[in-house]
Amino acid sequence: MTLLDDFLVRALLAAIGVAVACGALGCFVVWRRMAYFGDATAHAAVLGVALALGFQIHIVAGVLLMAALMALLITELSERGITVDTALGVLSHGALALGLVAVSLIPGVRVDLESYLFGDILLVSRGDLAVIWAGAALVTAALAWRWQALLTATLSPDLARAAGLRPRRERLILTVLLAAVVAVSIKVVGALLITAMLIIPAAVARWWARGPEAMAALATLVGIASAIGGLWMALRFDTPAGPSIVCVAIGFFALASLGGRLQRGWGQ
Amino acid sequence: MTLIHAENLEVRHGGTLALHDVSLDLEPGEIVTIVGPNGSGKSTLLRALIGAVAPSRGFVKRAPGLKIGYVPQKLHIDPTLPMSVRRFLDLPNRVSDAEAEQALAWTGVQGLEKRQIAALSGGQLQRVLLARALLSGPQVLMLDEATQGLDQPASAAFYQLIEDMRNTIGCAVLMVSHELHVVMSASDRVICLNGHICCEGTPEVVEAAPAYRELFGTGTGGALALYRHEHNHDHDHAHDHAHEAAE
Repeated sequence: MTLLDDFLVRALLAAIGVAVACGALGCFVVWRRMAYFGDATAHAAVLGVALALGFQIHIVAGVLLMAALMALLITELSERGITVDTALGVLSHGALALGLVAVSLIPGVRVDLESYLFGDILLVSRGDLAVIWAGAALVTAALAWRWQALLTATLSPDLARAAGLRPRRERLILTVLLAAVVAVSIKVVGALLITAMLIIPAAVARWWARGPEAMAALATLVGIASAIGGLWMALRFDTPAGPSIVCVAIGFFALASLGGRLQRGWGQ
Repeated sequence: MTLIHAENLEVRHGGTLALHDVSLDLEPGEIVTIVGPNGSGKSTLLRALIGAVAPSRGFVKRAPGLKIGYVPQKLHIDPTLPMSVRRFLDLPNRVSDAEAEQALAWTGVQGLEKRQIAALSGGQLQRVLLARALLSGPQVLMLDEATQGLDQPASAAFYQLIEDMRNTIGCAVLMVSHELHVVMSASDRVICLNGHICCEGTPEVVEAAPAYRELFGTGTGGALALYRHEHNHDHDHAHDHAHEAAE
C-alpha cells in the first residue's frame, strides 16, 4: 500500500471517487430540476460540520445527518405546495449562515473553515478515501438497483403509480443518496461546489447522449476527466483543487455546447 | 370480478373540493367514458383510481395485481432527459424488440423506435403512450383526454383503435374526454361528471338526461351521427360494435 502513502495518489483517487458518486446521480438532479435542492442540501453540510465538531462525532456522520434532514425538510415543504423557490432560498442560506456562525462559536477548536467550503483534497487520508469509495459504491449500487423505477418516476409520477410503483419512495431514495454524496464530497470539492460536480458533467453529457444510460456513463467519464484535469491544474498552477476541478468541468461544458450547437440542439 | 371499485370518493386540492360522493365500478371488458366540463374533476378521478392522489374520504379498491395501462393527458419530458421511443417502451419493465415492434405497429407508429420522445408530434406521442400501455398486458386501459390536439377524423380513428384493442385483448377501457359526441358512441357506459356524478348509463340514456343537457346544452345529435357515418365507412372489417348493440 505504499502507493497510497503518496498524498497525490490519494487526492487523485478521492477526486475520481467523487466523480463516480456524482455521475449518474447528477443526471437525476438535472432531469428532475433539483439543482437548487442540491445546493440547499450542500449548504446544510456546513451546519453538519458544526454539529460534528460540537458533539465530537465523525464529520461525515454530522454532515450526512444535517444534509439528510435538510433534504427531507425541503421534500416535505414542496409536497405541501409551499412556494419552493423562496423556501429553498431561506433554508439554504439559513443553514449556511447558521453553520458558519456555529462553527466559530465552538470553544477550543480552531477550524479551517475554508477546507469545508472549498474542500481540501490534498489532505485526504486513507480513512477519507475509504469513506469516499464506500459512498460511491453505495450510490452506484442503489441507483442500479432502482434504475428502472427511478427513471419511470422521473418521467412521470403518474405513469409510475399506474404501474404499481411508488414515486414518493423513489424520490426519497434520491434524496438520501444526495445527502450521501454531499457527505462524501465535502472534503474534496467543499460544500459550495458539490452541486457543480453533480450538474456540470451531466449537462456536458446531455449534448451527446441519446439515452439515459449513455448520459449517466458519459457524465461519469466527464467527471473523472475533470477530476484528473483539475488536480493537474491545481499542481501546475498552485490553485485550489476543488475549484480547479469545477473549472475544468466548465471548460468541457463550453466545448461541448459549442460543438453540440454546431451539430444539433437538445432533444433532436 | 370487478376490476376497480370506488366508493364515496372525496378528493380535495388544498381547500377546494375537487370531487365528492363518487362511486363507480369498472367491470372487465367494458368501455366507460367519463365526460364533463373543464374543472369537473375528470383527471382527478382517474388519478385517484390509479392511486396518484389520496382521497380525503371514501376508498378505491383495485383487484389484486390489477394491471393498468395508463395513457396520461400529456407527457412532459424534461429536455435534459434523452429518451428514445424504444427505451421508453422498456419502462418500467423491459420488453423484447419483437414485442415493441408489434405494439408500435398496432398503434400505427411502426418504425419510430429510434426517434427521441421529445421530437414526436402530439399524435405520434399519444400512439407511443398507448403502445407502452399495451405492453404491460393491461386489464384496464385508462386514457386521459387521449385525443387532445387531434382533429376529428384522427380522434375518431384513435377511438376505433381503442375499441379494436378492447375486442382483441378483452381489456376494460376507462377514458376521460371533453369531446362528448365522438367519444360517446364508442362507449358502453357514460358517466357525466361535474364534481360528482350527475348521471350515468348508456350513451343514449345520458344524452337524454336533463342533467347532461344542462351541462352541455343540446343540438349535439349531428356530430354524433357524423362520427357513426365515418366509422362505418372507414373500416370495412367487421366488429361487434358495442354501441350498435345498444341501439
